[in-house]
Amino acid sequence: MLHLTVTELSAALSRGEFSSVELTRMFLDRINLLNPALNAYITVCEESALAAAAAADQARVRGDVRPLLGIPVAHKDIFCTRGLRTTCGSRILRDFLPPYDACVVEKLRQAGAVMLGKTNMDEFAMGSSNETSFFGKVGNPFDTGRVPGGSSGGSAAAVAAGLCPMATGTDTGGSIRQPASFCGITGFKPSYGRVSRWGMIAFASSLDQAGTLTKTAADAALMMQAMAGLDPRDSTSVDRPVEDYTGELGSSLAGLRVGVPRPHFAEGLSPGVEQGVREALAELERAGASLIDIDLPNNHLSVPAYYVVAPAEASANLSRYDGVRYGYRCEEPADLEDLYTRTRSEGFGDEVKRRILVGTYALSAGYYDAYYRKAQRIRRLIRQDFISAFEQVDVIAGPTSPHVAFPHGAKADPVEMYLEDIFTIAVNLAGLPGISIPAGFEEGMPFGLQIIGPDFGEARILNVARQFQQLTDWHKRLPVSTAGES
Amino acid sequence: MEWEAVIGLEVHVQLSTRSKLFSGTSTAFGADPNSQANIYDLAMPGTLPVLNGEALRMAVRFGLAIDAEIGRHSVFDRKNYFYPDLPKGYQTSQLDYPIVGRGSIVINLEDGSEKRIGVTRAHMEEDAGKSLHEEFADASGIDLNRAGTPLLEIVSDPDLRSAREAVAYLKKMHSIVRYLGISDGDMSQGSMRCDANVSIRRPGAELGTRTEIKNVNSFRFVEKAINFEIRRQQDVLEDGGTIIQETRLYDSVRDVTRPMRGKEVANDYRYFPEPDLLPVEIGEDLIEQIRAELPELPDARKQRFASEYGLSGYDAGVLIAAREMADYFERVAKRCGDAKLAANWVSVELQALLNRENLDIVASPVSADSLADLISRIRDKTISGKIAKTVFEQLAAGSENVDEIIERQGLRQVTDEGEIEKLVDRVIAENAAQAQQLRDGKQQVLGYLVGQAMKLSRGKANPAQVNQLLRDKLKP
Repeated sequence: MLHLTVTELSAALSRGEFSSVELTRMFLDRINLLNPALNAYITVCEESALAAAAAADQARVRGDVRPLLGIPVAHKDIFCTRGLRTTCGSRILRDFLPPYDACVVEKLRQAGAVMLGKTNMDEFAMGSSNETSFFGKVGNPFDTGRVPGGSSGGSAAAVAAGLCPMATGTDTGGSIRQPASFCGITGFKPSYGRVSRWGMIAFASSLDQAGTLTKTAADAALMMQAMAGLDPRDSTSVDRPVEDYTGELGSSLAGLRVGVPRPHFAEGLSPGVEQGVREALAELERAGASLIDIDLPNNHLSVPAYYVVAPAEASANLSRYDGVRYGYRCEEPADLEDLYTRTRSEGFGDEVKRRILVGTYALSAGYYDAYYRKAQRIRRLIRQDFISAFEQVDVIAGPTSPHVAFPHGAKADPVEMYLEDIFTIAVNLAGLPGISIPAGFEEGMPFGLQIIGPDFGEARILNVARQFQQLTDWHKRLPVSTAGES
Repeated sequence: MEWEAVIGLEVHVQLSTRSKLFSGTSTAFGADPNSQANIYDLAMPGTLPVLNGEALRMAVRFGLAIDAEIGRHSVFDRKNYFYPDLPKGYQTSQLDYPIVGRGSIVINLEDGSEKRIGVTRAHMEEDAGKSLHEEFADASGIDLNRAGTPLLEIVSDPDLRSAREAVAYLKKMHSIVRYLGISDGDMSQGSMRCDANVSIRRPGAELGTRTEIKNVNSFRFVEKAINFEIRRQQDVLEDGGTIIQETRLYDSVRDVTRPMRGKEVANDYRYFPEPDLLPVEIGEDLIEQIRAELPELPDARKQRFASEYGLSGYDAGVLIAAREMADYFERVAKRCGDAKLAANWVSVELQALLNRENLDIVASPVSADSLADLISRIRDKTISGKIAKTVFEQLAAGSENVDEIIERQGLRQVTDEGEIEKLVDRVIAENAAQAQQLRDGKQQVLGYLVGQAMKLSRGKANPAQVNQLLRDKLKP
């Protein structure tokens, strides 16, 4: 039961095979059992989860048949939850109790989902390994000595280990897709503006986008159906009808033109991953798709451009954590300067400080043109590359990450860590939707196939992912160490 | 040798929207500290700005009123600095693409001349909160009620040449924003604030180094601060020194400007485009719609008052400065049918009353209709101008009906030829010496004799008739 998909759980709940309270209880028990080793959750809200599950069961008796009714969900601890501690993986917010729910939290609750708790993450979503969290590193369910990826590492590990059937995440440079790849699950990042950012703690506002971590693309479609849509509270959310994601999961791949970006198969890609991804592409071809080599000429500039734009925005977004109104405040500040300096020095971890410094520098007088303005120009070029590519192809597919999950502590050099996101970052810079789905194993560790769509091509890539999952069973492989009973 | 001052003003006008620039919180003044600050105003994590459409329309209104280019593609930027009353750690403002581009304002100088002052730009931005340093021992309080209130920052060209011109510019700005209904312009409450950039040079020479005087909060202080600064710069230069480009504060108690301490001056604001807001695209439709709603503005009204009512430029200028005053005057003029008398009464008697009682025109105890009726009674000779002042005082004290006051107190003017002749004869008899002087051709005593007659009639005799009769009877 713990490894059923959302689609299967929903059917079972509606058949009355078990209640939402029983299901929720089971996940809570499993969290108690496995979380000490995995550290996927920062906060578990047992009492309110059971109450919400009971309410869902009552609603079902009254005839409510919504697909997510009574399904447990875990939220990345970047989404504000009313009255429930929201830390963003940081000491500076370690006791922060928001008096409001994020739009995503609100929408999933309104859809009937039952919140189990808040998942671990890299501090302020800055990281690719979940090692920068103030609340400690997270274990990869396939090998707890390895990282789950980041920054949505807690959500990915929780879904993979059966600590929840679905979870929310955020993706600024690959923070949903890369951990999904590392943990053998499905991670979906919608187009920028498709899901409201209201109540989602900002890292880099022009890149941040909320998305889903699930076992299958069909489950992602179910979650997206509840999460997507215009929100007048977020000026960057788009006023555009939400497609019928679940209704469009049955299209054939015959005639689909799949762009295969040459730069994604360049040096640095591990042989096992390359072979597996090529095999996955062949699978699409066998299903009727045609593969077309494409160039993304400016892709090599995506990591440097990202590491100017994202830290620049972050440097301003994180200025509000000053110890004045809420959050961590240093002991006995001598004066204002001391309050600022010690609160922020003690409250933020090294990676966050590094990015604030980088961003502050990039925006400084005399450096703005050389860094920020140039990075924005590169960003437009990268987007233009994709627009040109989508004139010839329907989707773009390649590896999500150059390799499988690495051991904790393996990447001490920040630049090496930044290069983790070399295949995912351009998608954020261009504002496009992307999904990572399990496509094979190397050294016993899973890796993902990334499928990228054009602007608001959510339904299209969810369908391609779904068709792939109809033909393969990589997404059904469970981590041995945590498989438990099913 | 002479010095010439070169002055440019940055005026912050608080837009009178009901809610803040980026949140739905009320902007009403005077509420309990922090009672008007929602989760966005407090910069809670994950909260986002939504532009107030009313503020945008007000800014466009202002732009159209000063004949400026409207920024069709206007962008908000973050201006970064740390201060406890700036909750987000950045102020959302506009740098490269302001909502209002180049325009101009005509100022009216005391000698009756006019001067056109260039406006470089005007942009929207949010206000900060307030830091309260006095109320607490060993601590400072933060009140965020004002944080996020919409401001329009209007930057002038360095076209002003004296403190008086600067004040005339400010007064015109005050008048325009009030006519437009986009701000109450109240400097004492901070709804209009002013920074002045001041430099001096020899006429015709290159611009000198400027200093910026921050946050001066009354017309009078603007004049004093600029004058002090001009004198200070003259002294420095004449002593062979050089002016340092710096920010200074005006101390109204000591009437000096002093440099701000290092910590009060932020250096690098690291502006960059605000990613939480999309650029504002303004279409021709919206501009035309707002243009159609523009009220008659001070300059147009002044011209109309001159041509329609035959008022002098000076009188018209006094009456139009405040929209409510101009409205009041027009109502009086239309009802009584004599614009010149109306202008006189409004700008002299009524203004004196308002000054004495420290009242605004909208709170005038004498209604426009009553004043018009009073003027009508002067015109039809029911009362004299002098008696009218008595009636006016009673109106000011709360009476309402002009005719009732006149009747009840027997103030009707005496115009009966016979009665006036009796009166004049009595004056001649009682002032034989002066009467003789007049007969001898000494015209100066006529006024005295008329005065005696008026006094005797307790002001009710028609002075023109008294005058004529005295002249007739005491012809040389």
